[in-house]
Amino acid sequence: MSAEVKSSSERNIRARFSPAGILGKPFRGLILVSRKYGAEWWIMIAGALIVSFMIIVAVFPAVFAPYGPLDQEAGGQLMPPQPGYPFGTDNLHRDVLSRVIFGARTILGVAFAAAILSSAIGIPLGLLSGFVGGILDRILSLIMDSVYSFPGLILAIAFAAMLGPGVVNITLAVAVIYIPTYFRMVRGQTLSIREEVYVEAARAIGARRWVILLQYIFPNVIASVVVIFSINIADAILTEAALSYIGLGLPAGIPDWGMDLSMGKKFLPSGTWWMITFPGAAISLLALGFTMLGEGLAEILNPRLLER
Amino acid sequence: MSKEALFSVRSLVKEFPVQKNLIDLLLAGRKRSVVHAVDDISFDIYKGEVLGLAGESGSGKSTTGRLLLRLIEPTDGIIEYRGRNLTAISSREMETLRAKLQIVFQDPNSSLSPRMSIGRAIGHPLRIHRMGNSGQRKDRVLELMEKIGLTPADFLYRKYPHQVSGGQAQRIVLARALVTGPEFIVADEPIAMADVSVRALILELMKQLKGEFDLTYLFITHDLATAKYLCDRIAIMYLGRIVEIGSRDELFSRPHHPYTQALLEAVPVPDPVQRRTEEMVHGEIPSAINPPAGCHFHPRCPHAMPRCSEGRPPLTEIAPRHFSACVLDS
Amino acid sequence: MSETMQQTAEPVLEIRNLSIDYPISIGTVGAVEKVSFDLYKGEALGLVGESGCGKSTLGLSILKLVRPPGKITGGQILYKGRDIVSMRDRQILKLRGQNIAMAFQNPLTSLNPLFRIDRQFLETIHQHEPGINKSEALKLAEAILEELGIEPSRLYEYPHQLSGGMRQRIMLGLGLIMNPDIIVADEPTTSLDVIVEAGFIDLLNRLRGRYNLSILLITHNLGLVAEIADRVAVMYAGKIVEIGGADKIFHDPLHPYTYGLINCVPNIRLDQEELVTMPGNPPDLVNPPAGCRFSPRCPKVMDICRVQEPELKAPAAVQGTGQLSDQTSGAGSDTARRVTACWLYQVKGAE
Repeated sequence: MSAEVKSSSERNIRARFSPAGILGKPFRGLILVSRKYGAEWWIMIAGALIVSFMIIVAVFPAVFAPYGPLDQEAGGQLMPPQPGYPFGTDNLHRDVLSRVIFGARTILGVAFAAAILSSAIGIPLGLLSGFVGGILDRILSLIMDSVYSFPGLILAIAFAAMLGPGVVNITLAVAVIYIPTYFRMVRGQTLSIREEVYVEAARAIGARRWVILLQYIFPNVIASVVVIFSINIADAILTEAALSYIGLGLPAGIPDWGMDLSMGKKFLPSGTWWMITFPGAAISLLALGFTMLGEGLAEILNPRLLER
Repeated sequence: MSKEALFSVRSLVKEFPVQKNLIDLLLAGRKRSVVHAVDDISFDIYKGEVLGLAGESGSGKSTTGRLLLRLIEPTDGIIEYRGRNLTAISSREMETLRAKLQIVFQDPNSSLSPRMSIGRAIGHPLRIHRMGNSGQRKDRVLELMEKIGLTPADFLYRKYPHQVSGGQAQRIVLARALVTGPEFIVADEPIAMADVSVRALILELMKQLKGEFDLTYLFITHDLATAKYLCDRIAIMYLGRIVEIGSRDELFSRPHHPYTQALLEAVPVPDPVQRRTEEMVHGEIPSAINPPAGCHFHPRCPHAMPRCSEGRPPLTEIAPRHFSACVLDS
Repeated sequence: MSETMQQTAEPVLEIRNLSIDYPISIGTVGAVEKVSFDLYKGEALGLVGESGCGKSTLGLSILKLVRPPGKITGGQILYKGRDIVSMRDRQILKLRGQNIAMAFQNPLTSLNPLFRIDRQFLETIHQHEPGINKSEALKLAEAILEELGIEPSRLYEYPHQLSGGMRQRIMLGLGLIMNPDIIVADEPTTSLDVIVEAGFIDLLNRLRGRYNLSILLITHNLGLVAEIADRVAVMYAGKIVEIGGADKIFHDPLHPYTYGLINCVPNIRLDQEELVTMPGNPPDLVNPPAGCRFSPRCPKVMDICRVQEPELKAPAAVQGTGQLSDQTSGAGSDTARRVTACWLYQVKGAE
């Protein structure tokens, strides 16, 4: 399409490739949309595809997995990848593919639960701190900054070691290290929105402070939180895998990628590469997916946020 | 226009502390610096009138508007509304009074939460003051939207502020201010950010609403031409003080204070035949932290005398109901 | 300057069929559409219109300062016969500041807050006269400050230490220091208080007389325009709808939009009962209406207005009345003659 436009009728034709036009012509529409949005759109789409795929697999593992994750009679021992066992088998005769599939559920469950917990604590505290200010703000900020300045993994290890093994404890350990992230973002946004004219206008119509916080400030803060959530999950996935790799994770009965990694490491020198490679690739892919989703979303939402 | 005073303001003062950095503290000592935003002003607002509060930046006019509604707490002074001292009542009581006393800000787009639909935004004051059930509230909002020109009301009810034009946004803000049936509205530069042709629409709308709802306005503006068009009485503010106050006809035909005269001279007239011939007053508005002694305007005043820098000239009546804070003979 | 004098003066700037587009996500905004007018030596032309009419974009395009993705898509901007649109970047750089200067709306953000004022002047001077030595350049700067009514000692201060009015004068000074022929001022007084604004306008007028400058004043403030302009061009929705001498535009506007604009503004010298209002909004510039762009809002709209766009021409008979307006169609030049793009004053099919 030439960039030289000579008359308004030509411009009108171009304008017809609006969202309405796109719906009727999918491929043409996708190409035009990608021109408008560029790389970040594709990144987000790719991330969304990876994530959706993984989630479906995690929710319906039986559909995809040929064997159970704990089935120690799936096949021979330490068989390399071959027809019937695309990812090979491990030292306990378990099918690696099935372990990877069932492991997805575990890791996604922990990561989501941790992210939800983090945000449920971090967001309200951030709102309160930013809105009320004063001594409460000082104390909370001090606590949050201290936690934030700690290397996340070390803190998680410390918590996991303190709490002991178990799904709930792992979730708690992972959740704690992300609370400051939500807190800081929400507090910052609250501080700036607090100065907006519409907040003063809300006071002028007689709204009490709680009403202002919940109905005027919170809805305007929440948009930027969505992006953090996705990246948070990516980080949580890596942290959870790291914890179980070290051995601070879940009990043996639960299929877990991190644990598979640490087990597979032992067999690597003898040439058994498939026990560690596939779970490792799965971790990387899933974390990448969520990161791409979050970053892509951030780029796309950013101009809209700036527009405001 | 009745003689009943809706508002009685006496000796109103507002000081804002100035943030000092370390160097200033060391050099100037521990003396606190303040901005004298509103420097002991007194005036009345009568029921049914449009009182204009005019001045340039730093005059304190916006601050005065907010003080009147206790959106900012006064440092000193008394604000009486229908005999009640607003500075003495609790904030709970004040919140109830807000159903009767409303404000419209300068920028309609930033006065509305981007995440609240238009219908909800307009109806929110009704919910806060517990007026009617949700069905009645929605009806009232729709009815008001029709009246104010936000049509089609059903359609716009669900829309968001960024989806409408600037003129419509200002109507939304007006509707929100009117929904609880107030009797007094502070309009803080309500047309400054609107397009030229939209300004006329909003001004005419405000006139119409005033008649229909029996409103009293405090109209804050920097544009004297607009003040002349809409206001019955006008107070001119300079650096926190009222320098002149009087009826529109009096003020524009017989301006007394040299600052008022300079302002009137400076206002550009949309008529090339009436170009300004006089030389303009020099200088700019001085700092509000360290204003000139005595009459604030004396450094720029063409008629300044030695005694102008000694002591603040009081507002004296120079003609019936026309007051000026200048010691010159009229 | 009287209108007859301008007829014989030469144009310093000729804009011919200029079009500027901005592509956005849902289409292309035709910000400026086939605009033509002239600016003569020593005259002040007021370009008026409301927000979105394209006047600022037009102003920026004169020095090719339109920000991408906006771009000039057609037409010419002739400065003393040379077409700016087809000039290369190096040539434009020479023009900027030297022959054509620009004064923007907000001087605080247009001046570099990190540099002292003298440095900003020196930088500008060196840009155009690399050979000049520092003390000579400083003398130039001091001379211009005197012209502007600012003490030379202010040269050694930073922008934030100066008041708004002073900053605006400095910006004007930076524009004037190389003795340009043209100043394009885009809403130069919006951030200023009324009294300071009046002083600034007086300054502009004084400088114009002294240096025979041409001024293109872009603004929505009709009072300002009346204070300074010899001629006025009115823009609406990317097009020019009327051009004429200031007196005529304000007292006898032809185009209904001009009439509405002039009469919707409160006039401090008059006792106005009611202001003229123009309901409706400017059209969508991605899909502008067919025919005259003002037709959806025009109180005097006729059938033809909705179908065919009128051209900018000298007015002929006032439609329907058989009367001739006081400007009969004559020479094609738009100097002292009025021109307007309105079917009320044109006979369809003529010429």
